[in-house]
Amino acid sequence: MARLQLRNLEKDYGSLRAVHGINLDVEDGEFMVLVGPSGCAKSTTLRMIAGLERITGGEIRIGGELVNEKPPGDRGISMVFQNYALYPHMKVRKNLSFSMRLKRRPANEIEKATEHVSGLLEINPLLDRLPKQLSGGQAQRVAVGRALIKKPQVFLFDEPLSNLDAKLRASMRVRITDLHKRLKAEGQQATVVYVTHDQTEAMTMGDRICVMKDGHIMQVADPVTLYNRPANTFVAGFIGSPEMNFLDGELEGQTRVKAADQTVALGDEFARRLSAETSGDVTLGIRPQHLRIAETETPGTLKGKVNHIEFMGHEVYLYVDVGPKRLIAVVPSAAYDRAALRDDWVWLSPDPKGVHLFDRQTGENISLAI
Amino acid sequence: MTEHVLSHDPSTVGEVAGIRAREQRRHKASIALRYFLLAAVGLLMLYPLIWLIGASFKTNSEIFANPGFWPENPTLDGYIKGWQTSTPYSFGTFFLNTLWIVIPKVIGTAISCTAVAYGFARFDFPFKKVLFASLIATLLLPNVVTRIPQYLLFRDLGWLDSFLPLWVPSAFAGDAFFVFMLVQFLRAIPRDMEEAARVDGATTWQTLIFIVVPLLMPALISVCLFQFMWTMNDFLGPLIYISSVDKYPVSLALKLSIDTTEAFEWNRVLAMSVLALTPALAVFFLAQKYFIDGISSGGIKG
Repeated sequence: MARLQLRNLEKDYGSLRAVHGINLDVEDGEFMVLVGPSGCAKSTTLRMIAGLERITGGEIRIGGELVNEKPPGDRGISMVFQNYALYPHMKVRKNLSFSMRLKRRPANEIEKATEHVSGLLEINPLLDRLPKQLSGGQAQRVAVGRALIKKPQVFLFDEPLSNLDAKLRASMRVRITDLHKRLKAEGQQATVVYVTHDQTEAMTMGDRICVMKDGHIMQVADPVTLYNRPANTFVAGFIGSPEMNFLDGELEGQTRVKAADQTVALGDEFARRLSAETSGDVTLGIRPQHLRIAETETPGTLKGKVNHIEFMGHEVYLYVDVGPKRLIAVVPSAAYDRAALRDDWVWLSPDPKGVHLFDRQTGENISLAI
Repeated sequence: MTEHVLSHDPSTVGEVAGIRAREQRRHKASIALRYFLLAAVGLLMLYPLIWLIGASFKTNSEIFANPGFWPENPTLDGYIKGWQTSTPYSFGTFFLNTLWIVIPKVIGTAISCTAVAYGFARFDFPFKKVLFASLIATLLLPNVVTRIPQYLLFRDLGWLDSFLPLWVPSAFAGDAFFVFMLVQFLRAIPRDMEEAARVDGATTWQTLIFIVVPLLMPALISVCLFQFMWTMNDFLGPLIYISSVDKYPVSLALKLSIDTTEAFEWNRVLAMSVLALTPALAVFFLAQKYFIDGISSGGIKG
């Protein structure tokens, strides 16, 4: 069993605390993505798991075994680095087999493993090339192969796709998730911790996603939960594109929010999602996809002026000024003709299913009662 | 459309060809002038060396009679007699002595400087900054200042008249310049490769030998070449520590032939100087590519 457990993991750089006692369990065979903005300590956390960074406090267990003091080579992990980190003076074949040669495995075993891995990643024709003769995508596949050949308990990926162009990134995403499924189907250890700052990668690849901010874990959940039930304003704002709209307001009763000098009606259905004692200052969060546009005045909606329109092909982004706030609404481009034009007044009605209320002080989501 | 018109107008075609020919002529003239100047200055710099080689084939009297570099009656006399020397040993012995000083010293320098530079560039340890600063400070210290204390130290150790005082300081990374050069080179190499090696299960020493040293090779070759040439040419070191003639390296032996012969046999001295120059020159030309790589590029491309 290759379960990875982090217990109260801490990291200090001098007087600066980078990681604040985080707890995380990655189940056997799970694809866990650590995601967050730059400086959120996701890479530091990964490097601590790898043993490349000393930990200040807490425990790291891999397969139940405490590995705090073990050198990276003995932890049963392998790692894929952002800029590939292939050994420039060794041919691809030697790069792949370096770890096995260090362990003095017999030559035929090394040969067999190299063949197997290069077949899996379709890099057989590259075996006798030097890293400088590889393209970015090829180099990344070799780097993955080098991680694979060790048959580790846990794979660590440190932003492996960020040096690739958009098209290649999309295909590598699929390739890596396929590889993960295949390893699992073959009954190999395939626990993955994958660090990225790209929420698309996180959402498409992860079984579960751990959203981090400033050395704290904000939420750990599967992509659907993360999108539909964000625990706080940070997660709500980080996941989803374009970013969720936030409006400071005041809860009136359980069904209406007063924001930007207007009142938004949310309906009885919504009221049941709130805990009974909820009242007062809140932050209203509405995803751009959950705003409907009306061109005639409708009670209980937000009136605003269209400031800017972006045509994205299958949909249109409308930038609407509601009082001092600018909201984004995403509407299908089929509705574009009928939708508001620049400088026109529109009425935005939120779909109550896509609305969240957050405590203005703590930022916690208070609309998750059911 | 424009091209069509141009190509059918004979006067314009002729004009274009004329301009092109003129530009080519001007280009050729400028190149000729450039190469002439470069060759002239280069020759001026090389002339002493050329004269030295020419003079080594002259007779002793011709050296002073004929100012040109081309010998009128070329003779190998200087080489034959110079090689035999006025001592019981031939120059062969002195060349072997030089090699016996140079080779261990170069190997010691390469190993010790790499280890020390790796330590400074990659590890954190107490007083690292102070230690590195003092290492750099020794760069600024004139060599002469340490000669006497060093001499006393080696005398007390009983190492006088042996090669040890010449070998040992270098085997303990005594040449701060080389350490500094390697540290700078290492700092420009990303750490990822070493971290990948550690994840692959390599120990610190395995990482150094299998990953860092190959990456460091261009700089390391430069270090070896510098040390080779400087040691070949070192006169003061052997002069201070080595007293018996059978241990003299070439640099001292050359001086010897000036000292002991009654009337200076200049052609012998010059002939042996030419021979003394050859190893350093040969090594430099053979390894020129690496040499320049090592001192010009601060690292490798990612």
